[in-house]
This record gives sequence, structure tokens and C-alpha cells, in this order.
Amino acid sequence: MASMLLTSLRSSPLTSVQAAQFAARSLSTSVHLQAQAKSKKTLAKPGVKNIVLVDGVRTPFLQSGTTYADLMPHDLARAALQGLLNRTGLPKDAVDYIVYGTVIQEVKTSNVAREAALGAGFSDKTPAHTVTMACISSNQAMTTAVGLIAAGQCDAVVAGGVEFMSDVPIRHSRKMRKTMLSLNKAKTLGARLSLLGSIRLAHLSPELPAVAEFSTAETMGHSADRLAAAFGVSRLEQDEFALRSHTLAKKAQDGGMLSDVISFKVPGRDIVSKDNGIRPATMEQLAKLKPAFIKPHGTVTAANSSFLTDGASAVLIMSEEKALAMGYKPKAYLRDFVYVSQDPKDQLLLGPTYATPKVLEKSGLTLNDIDVFEFHEAFAGQIMANLKAMESDWFAQTYMGRKTKVGAPPMEKFNTWGGSLSLGHPFAATGCRLVTTVAHRLQKEGGQYGLVAACAAGGQGHAMVIEAYPQ
Amino acid sequence: MSPMTTGFWVKGHGQRSLSVSSAVLARTHVSYEVKDNVAVVRINDPTSKVNTLSRHMQAEMVEVMNEIWGNAAVKSAVLISRKPGCFIAGADINMIQACKTAEEVTSLSQEGQKIFDQVEKSPIPIVAAINGSCLGGGLEFAIACQYRIATKSKKTILGTPEVMLGLLPGAGGTQRLPKMVGLPAAFDMMLTGKNIRPDKAKKMGLVHQLVDPLGPGLKSPEERTIEYLEEVAVDFAKGLAGRKVTVEKKKGLVQKIQDFVMGLPPVRKQIYKTVHSKVMKQSKGLYPAPLKIIECIQTGIEKGNAAGYLTESQNFGKLAMTSESRALIGLYHGQVTCKKNHFGKPERDVKKLAVLGAGLMGAGIAQVTIDKGVATILKDTTEEGLARGHQQVYKGLNDKTKKKSLTTFERDGIMSLLSGQLDYRDFENADMVIEAVFEDLSIKHKVVKEVEAVIPPHCIFATNTSALPIKDIAAASKRPEKVIGMHYFSPVDKMQLLEIITTNKTSKDTTASAVAVGLKQGKVIIVVGDGPGFYTTRCLAPMLAEAVRALQEGVGPKKLDSLTTGFGFPVGAATLADEVGIDVAAHVAEDLGKAFGTRFGGGNVEVLKMMVQKGFKGRKSGKGCYVYGAKSKEKKVNSGAEDILKSFKLTAPPAVSADEDIQYRLVSRFVNEAVLCLQEGILPDPVQGDIGAVFGLGFPPCLGGPFRFVDSHGADKLVQKMKRFEEAYGNQFTPCQLLLDHAKDSSKRFHK
Repeated sequence: MASMLLTSLRSSPLTSVQAAQFAARSLSTSVHLQAQAKSKKTLAKPGVKNIVLVDGVRTPFLQSGTTYADLMPHDLARAALQGLLNRTGLPKDAVDYIVYGTVIQEVKTSNVAREAALGAGFSDKTPAHTVTMACISSNQAMTTAVGLIAAGQCDAVVAGGVEFMSDVPIRHSRKMRKTMLSLNKAKTLGARLSLLGSIRLAHLSPELPAVAEFSTAETMGHSADRLAAAFGVSRLEQDEFALRSHTLAKKAQDGGMLSDVISFKVPGRDIVSKDNGIRPATMEQLAKLKPAFIKPHGTVTAANSSFLTDGASAVLIMSEEKALAMGYKPKAYLRDFVYVSQDPKDQLLLGPTYATPKVLEKSGLTLNDIDVFEFHEAFAGQIMANLKAMESDWFAQTYMGRKTKVGAPPMEKFNTWGGSLSLGHPFAATGCRLVTTVAHRLQKEGGQYGLVAACAAGGQGHAMVIEAYPQ
Repeated sequence: MSPMTTGFWVKGHGQRSLSVSSAVLARTHVSYEVKDNVAVVRINDPTSKVNTLSRHMQAEMVEVMNEIWGNAAVKSAVLISRKPGCFIAGADINMIQACKTAEEVTSLSQEGQKIFDQVEKSPIPIVAAINGSCLGGGLEFAIACQYRIATKSKKTILGTPEVMLGLLPGAGGTQRLPKMVGLPAAFDMMLTGKNIRPDKAKKMGLVHQLVDPLGPGLKSPEERTIEYLEEVAVDFAKGLAGRKVTVEKKKGLVQKIQDFVMGLPPVRKQIYKTVHSKVMKQSKGLYPAPLKIIECIQTGIEKGNAAGYLTESQNFGKLAMTSESRALIGLYHGQVTCKKNHFGKPERDVKKLAVLGAGLMGAGIAQVTIDKGVATILKDTTEEGLARGHQQVYKGLNDKTKKKSLTTFERDGIMSLLSGQLDYRDFENADMVIEAVFEDLSIKHKVVKEVEAVIPPHCIFATNTSALPIKDIAAASKRPEKVIGMHYFSPVDKMQLLEIITTNKTSKDTTASAVAVGLKQGKVIIVVGDGPGFYTTRCLAPMLAEAVRALQEGVGPKKLDSLTTGFGFPVGAATLADEVGIDVAAHVAEDLGKAFGTRFGGGNVEVLKMMVQKGFKGRKSGKGCYVYGAKSKEKKVNSGAEDILKSFKLTAPPAVSADEDIQYRLVSRFVNEAVLCLQEGILPDPVQGDIGAVFGLGFPPCLGGPFRFVDSHGADKLVQKMKRFEEAYGNQFTPCQLLLDHAKDSSKRFHK
């Protein structure tokens, strides 16, 4: 009981700085004064530990097949982990646990978390496990960390994610694998020869991984194109959104906003310190591209989709007490989060639409309370479809069992430093980028609440509310 | 259910001229708007679930097309249906049936040909945007257009089902299809009437583009998919008008070679010959439509368009007047009737079904039930039995994934609805129990008591017996109003018929519920009264008894089979006995023999019993009349069975042993028993009698069922034959009173 009192005292709302900030804001937004002042409370809950994001970093996100081409996934992950240690000056034995996400697994390093941590200078006494949940894998890593801390089992956890698309496992065909496995067991030369003799040309055709749903065999781009069509998203809207993403990313990069990016000396190559997929083009150039998935009448093209990317990210998550005790100035509180899932065929990429109202309700917030939105941009068409779905009462009532729509985020608060379309999308690394970006944008722009939302293969989705740490 | 309709276009004459003045305002079936120089023509019959090329639809379409062709601003057109599951399902069957002469039907066909000719020669490109069924006349319309786009929806099917109604595609289909998809594919389509799925249609060159169906957006998936199809079609229409899209696709090497080969007259001649002999072999020459279709295609290709179209329209007229076409159309109407629940909506839906016995039947019932999303318990008494049944269900579904009609995930999802178990766990939540245990009254009684101890009060107890009277089974029940017979046919997932048997104690709601479950399982349903053998088994038993008699008289199994298939039965009598199971046949023959006496005599039951004793139980045991399991295609007669037959040998009375006599001996006993069932009230009406006989027992479809057969053959002629047989054999050939009544008064008919 006493400890509970202590916690609630510590997390008591509105430090003086915050109050002053509100006063300043309220001058310019006199109309909303009452509503805002009323809702801008802290989201701390009695009996629940405050969990904070101490800091977050990522390697530059590079188009696959470029400078990172010769690495292995754990190399990239190690770079992010080392970067986090450097950035935070964290004593390596202070970390209780490491959780890392990955999607396309390198079979040699199936627990990539452990392999990366061992080489990154963490104590070999720190256990590590790997999680996978498609494009929200590192979100899952972070919320796993939150869970461990909330349950009182850990105080400091490193979470992150890595994706390495420059090299993916390409397997022998099932028939060939079967033959090869039998070969191991064959005892006599005759048995071996007869097995070898059974190999046919068809056995040699390899199995390539595809960004496709296992359950429906539909590629994600194909599903995105159908989703865009279902919501009547035009090619022009998609190209415009893609261009916006690249333009904003370029501005953020040039303006030095992307401070989560660390420099990485790639073995045998140069130092990399910038994302290399940001390419603001003209609408005319974008319009020239042919559809990539549904031919010839589709609308999703290479330019309005996120590209295959190599990259890794990492964040340090702690209980507020521990962070303060270690002398850290946390960047943000990680508050409520939800996972959702829906039909993997026709609603594959609608995760944000389902997750957003749910997490807002959980936090007792409305869309208007959110100052910073960071949504994962898988495809421009997917983002536009989600925005339209969130803006539709009919969709909310018919498919989500809600009375009304949640509303679409205002664009001036939405992905203003670029997004996955332009910065790149290493599947399992994107989640940490989103959360860290929210924290940084809240600091820069002076907002209080941020919202992260993302879709993922399998028809799943995630959203998290992040609260600025009082400055 | 996809409505089978026929493939021709009918022009309305008088009816329209009266209302022409107000037509522009009063158009109800066809509307259009011009978007960006593209005329979007939308069809929607407000009076029906499907669009048909009715007189009304056709007249409005002609008006609209003429307006569009007269509008210089229109550079291209899109033809689309506003109905989610149907483009155009064909023409209205009733329209052909209303015609009195072949000439009338021929002129209808010619009108259709003329209009589609105009569509084909349209000065502006017309894009057919197809979502849902595009059959018969609908397909003929579509292939007259310059371009076709179809959705990949599961409901989208293309085909020419006319042959199944004893007709042919009579509005240019026999002429256009061969040019479009090539001779072999055109033959295949028109002679089988099979439905073609969108992917296949694209590969065949039947459609140019495919559009994916959409999921939920700001409108329902169905509505938005049609809108999207229209948007895509409009883009293509513009492209065609601006010559940015070309209709001709590049031909691959294989295609070029095929075209070259088909260009050689001797090759074509050989194809006609092969197809002809294949049709003759399969149809035994009993179905005129396939032969006429071959003739139309051949004439068109060898003698040119004018001759081809003329032959098509003339043959169409001739076919419409044949008894075969009438029989098949009668079956179509009957099937539609038997796919409705005439007992009202049951008080509660069956959400959980339990099947007792995981044998061939039980597992089959479970498969067709889970397939439609109903949770099903499959209970058996042994683990081996359960495993076998479970595997049967899995295999049934897995075979569908191989044919790509189901994905593996859909299969797994369906399988998850099946709970295989050895105990009565969860029976307290069952809404209906169907027992498919061994055909023995005492076992059935035991099961009734066991089950009634665990099921809730509302739960219906259905018994899948093929011969035991339901009231005898219900005698063990505490609640006979909840007891009903549901007689499935093997294999359950293939055979369409379900015979539902009610006792005088069965409540109406119980019947309604059983029919509702059967319909959900996709069955064609007849509801008959209770009695030994009900309707179907009772008709089949005398015919099989006569078959045994013929075998005893020295007609070999092969000869017997060829006589029965030659009459139009899809499966010969000897093979049928093997399929049903000699043991089952023996069981039924004995039971029904006891119930009905000498009328069910003829063959000696001991023949069957002896065969069972020797282990010749039919296909399932590897030996019956024939030997199974050998890899060679040629079926070998089981010499052991022949020895048994020899020991029971009877002399054939020469006066009634000609081939035709043997055929009529078999058929007349079947038919007489069917008519007697109607006379006794076991059968409610001749329609259900015909449907039951054709769909459950394989009565020749070209004859339309026993009742239609009596109508078309003539009751008097049949009675004459039977009297002749009666003299030689006795009372099993005595015609029943109702048949005699019909023989006496030729104006009496079972079907109008």
C-alpha cells in the first residue's frame, strides 16, 4: 500500500514546467481552452507502474542490396544495440533483459536477439529472446518489455528489431530436402546412389520467400491495391501521399530532426549515417510508373509502396523509478497499447483503423487530444484507405461494432518527418522508429500525447499512446 | 444455386408496340448513362433475383442500344449488371415451352442471332463487364461484344448449360465459341455444359481481363466490387475507343501450331468423328442435343456462317420439341421446387448436429454439414471406425483443395467444425442427431434410448435408414414427434438427393427443420410418407429383383448392364447392385419381400444370400457380380458369382426374353411401384417422384422420371407390356390401379 502511494505521488500530474507550457499554448488556442485544459492530464494509472522510454536509436535505413549487402542480420542488430549503449552510456550489466524482433529469419541466428547482444558488449549474463509479429515485431518487443517491467520482474529492458532483406533464406524444394535428409540416413553406397538417382530436375527448383500471406497466398501489394480500390483511393491520391512522405522526410533529414539515426561504420565499407531511400520526385515522374501488382489496371506502384529495406533499431525502456535513480532524463511515458486482428484477406492492412479507437478509449482520450501521430506507411494506398475508414461512420458501424467513426488524424500532425514510404521499412525495426519519433516530435513540438499505429501481415494491428515526459 | 436457363435471345413483338411512347420514361430493366463518351448500360430485372433475357429485357435493350448507336458523342459502351451475383443467367425457359411448333422456336432463335450480329458489328466497341453468372444467352451476348472483363468472384461462372436441358446455344453460340476458344474447348463447353471459372476463362481466351473482388470499403463488398468493375471497364472502353487497348492478343507458339493443325480439313474431320463417337458412347444415342450441337459447329466451320447460323436456329427449334428436352426441363423445374422448404421456417436453426456412426454414410453426412459451417459431432463406437470416418471427411475436403475450389486454410477451418468422439460429450447442446448406425432394428432402438437420455428436449432425432419403417424405429422413442427419417444416398457428398420420411406422428416443425438442414447441405429434397422402403428403396427393390431373375435366366452381368445403360440408366443394374452392396440388397429384398409379398418376387433372394456368404458383397469387398481392384479398366465378371447363378438357373420364357423385353421388365416394375407409391399416398406428387427416381436412383434423365415416362410413353402401352409379362411371370407385373386408370383414359396425365 505504501509503495502504491509513493508511485502515485511520483507520477503526480503537471509539474510546473508542464503547467507553464499549457498556459503558453492556451494563449494561442483560446477557443479550445476549456476542452484541452480539461483533457490534458497525465495518463498515469493508480497501481500501475510508470514506464518510460529512456532513449531510442536506429541504424540508417538502407535500401536492401546497398551498403549493408554483405552483412548478416545480427551484425545490423549489434550496430543498433551498440549505438544504444553509446548514446545512453548505459552500464552493460544494468540491463535485465533484451527482447528483439525480426520477421524474415536467418536460420543460423534464429534467436537473433542473443547473437546480437553477445557481440554488442552486453553482459553475457543478460538473457535475450526474439519475437516475431510481422511489421509490428518491434512493437511486440517493446510491449513485452513493458509487460516485464509492469509485472515487477525487470527494471531495465532493451527492445528492438532488425530486418535484413539483402539476404533471405532460399530453400531447396521440399522434395529435395526430403531426399537430402534420407541421404543422411542411407547406410550403404547402393542406397545412397539410388537416392541420388531419384533426384529430378523439378527437385532443384528452389523455394523463394514472398511477402505474401500464407493463409491466402495473396501478396501484400496485391491486397493493398484491392484495399485502395475498396475505399476508392485514386492513383493520384496515392502518388500525392508518397510524394508528401518523401518531401517531409527530406526536410526532416536536412533539418537534423532524425536524431535517432546513429552512424555505423560498415565493415569493409564506409561510415553510413543517413537513410538512403528518401527520393522526392515530381508527380509526373510518379505518374509514369506502371502498377506493380494488379496489372494493368491497379494503382499501387513501386513508388507509392514502401521499399525493401535493411535496418535495425533499439530502445531502452525502464521503470520511471529506475531511470530517475540512474540519473536519466526519460523522453516519454509508454502508456496504453492494444493489439488487434481482423480478416487477413480483405482487411489485411486496416490495423490502424481498428487499433486507434480502441487504444484511445482505453486511455480516455479522443482523437483531438493527440498532438503527434506516427502511422506506419506500408503503402500510400493503405494509409489513405485507413484514413477513409476512420472517417466513415458506415465502416465503424458495419465492421467495427462502434456507434460512430473515430475520425481521421489531421494531416498537419501526421507523419510530419516522413514515414516508412520514404525513410524505409525494415519490417521488424519500424516499430521502435515510430515510438522514438513520437517521443522526439513531442519534445520538439511541445505536445503531450502521441499515437503510434501500424498494420501487419496476418491482418493484425497495433496502437500505443505515448505521453511526453515533463521537460 | 445457379439457375439453369437457356441460351437464346427472344425479341418481343406485339407487347412492346403498345407501350413504346412511354418507354423512355418507363424503362425498368435497362438503363444507361454517358460518362466521358462511354455509355454505361446497366441491366437489372426488378422482378427477379437473376437477370434473364426476357421479352421485356430484350425490348428495352434494343431501344437502349439504338439510342447509343445513334448518339455521335458515344465512342464506346460498357454492359454491366447491377445484380451482385448475376450478369445474365440466360433466357427464360418458360418462353420456349410456350412455343407450339419448331418453327416458332426457330424464329425466336433467328431474332436473337440477328441482334447479336448487330452487337458484333457494332460501330463502337462494347465491353461486357461480368460479375456473377454469365450463362447461356448471357454468355452468347457477352461473346458478341468486343471485349470482356470478368471479376474473379466465386459467383462468377461462364458457360453454356443448354445441353443439360436438351437444347443448344441458339443465339450464335455454336458459331462464335469455336472461333473464340478453338474447336476442342468449344466442344467441351457446349457438350458438357460445365461452368467455367474466371481464371480458366481467361486462359481459354473467353475473357480478356480479370478484376479482383474487393473487400469492405465505404460500401458493402458486393456493391463496391460492381462499381469497381464498372470503373475498370469504363477505362478499358475508353482505351479501346482511343485504340490504346487492342483486342487481339499475341498468339503463342502453341496456339499458332494448334491453329495450323486445326486448319487442316482431315484433322477437323477426325475431330468431328472422335467427338461424335464419344458422344454416342456416353449418351447411347439417347440424347439428341449433343449430336445437333456437333452438327451446328461442323456446318458453321465447313460451310460458312450463313449455313451455320441457319442450322443452329433450325436445330434449336427441333430440339425444343423433343421429349428429351421436355423431360430435362421438367427435371430442372422439379429440382427448383425440391430446393425449397415447403414446411415453413423451423422454430430454431440447427447450429450443432451430431452424427452417430462414422461409416461411409455418417462421415459423408458430417462432411456436407461442416462444409456449410455447421458444427458437427461425429460419434462412433470404435477408434478405428472414427479414424476411418475422420479420414474420409478430410479426404473429401482435401480433394477440393487439389481442384482449387477450396484453399487449404478454408479446408482447415471447415475441419475445425468437426468433433470426432467416442462418447456422448456435448450431446446436450445438439439441435439434431442423425443416426447412421447398422441397419438393425434392435440396434436402432438401443441408440434411440441412449441418445434420448443425453439430448435436450428440443433436439430432433433423425434416422438414416434405407428401408426400416420410421415408425418402427420411433416406437422406442419417448417423443415420436421429434423422430424423422433422413435417407441419404451414397456417396453423400456427390449424390444430390435427400429423401425425408415423416410418420403420422412427426411434427411439422420437425419436418421443417430436417428440410432446412438438408437444404443447407445442398440437397435436392423429397418428403415422403412412411412405409417399408419408403419411396426410393421401394422402387429400386423390384427392379433389382427382376435383375436377379434375369441373371438367373442366364443374362450375364455385362449384358444386363448394357441393357440397362442402353435404356438410359447411368449405371447398369449389375454394377448398381455391386455399388449398393449385395448384403444391403439381400437385406432389403428380404425385408421388403416380407412386407409386400410376391409382388417383390422374381429373382431368388437366396442368390444374394449365397453371394454374401461367399464374401461377394459388392465393390466394398472387392467382389460382387464383378471383380474389383484389378488395375485394368476392363471389369471382369466374378466367376464365383457366375457359379452361384448357375446353381440357381431358371429357364427364360422365350416370349418375354428379347432384349427390349428384359429392359421393359426391369423398368415397368420400377415404374409400377412408383405409381403405386403415389396411389398409396407415400408420394405426395409426381414431381417429387420423378426427382427422387432420377437424382437418387439414376432413372434415365432423358425420360424425366417414372411419371413423365408414363406420360410420354403412354400408360396404355406400358400396361399392355406388363400384361404380357404378367402372363409369363405372375403378379409382380400386375399394373396398379392408378396406372390402369391412366391407361384407360389417355387424357389423364401426371404432368400437365
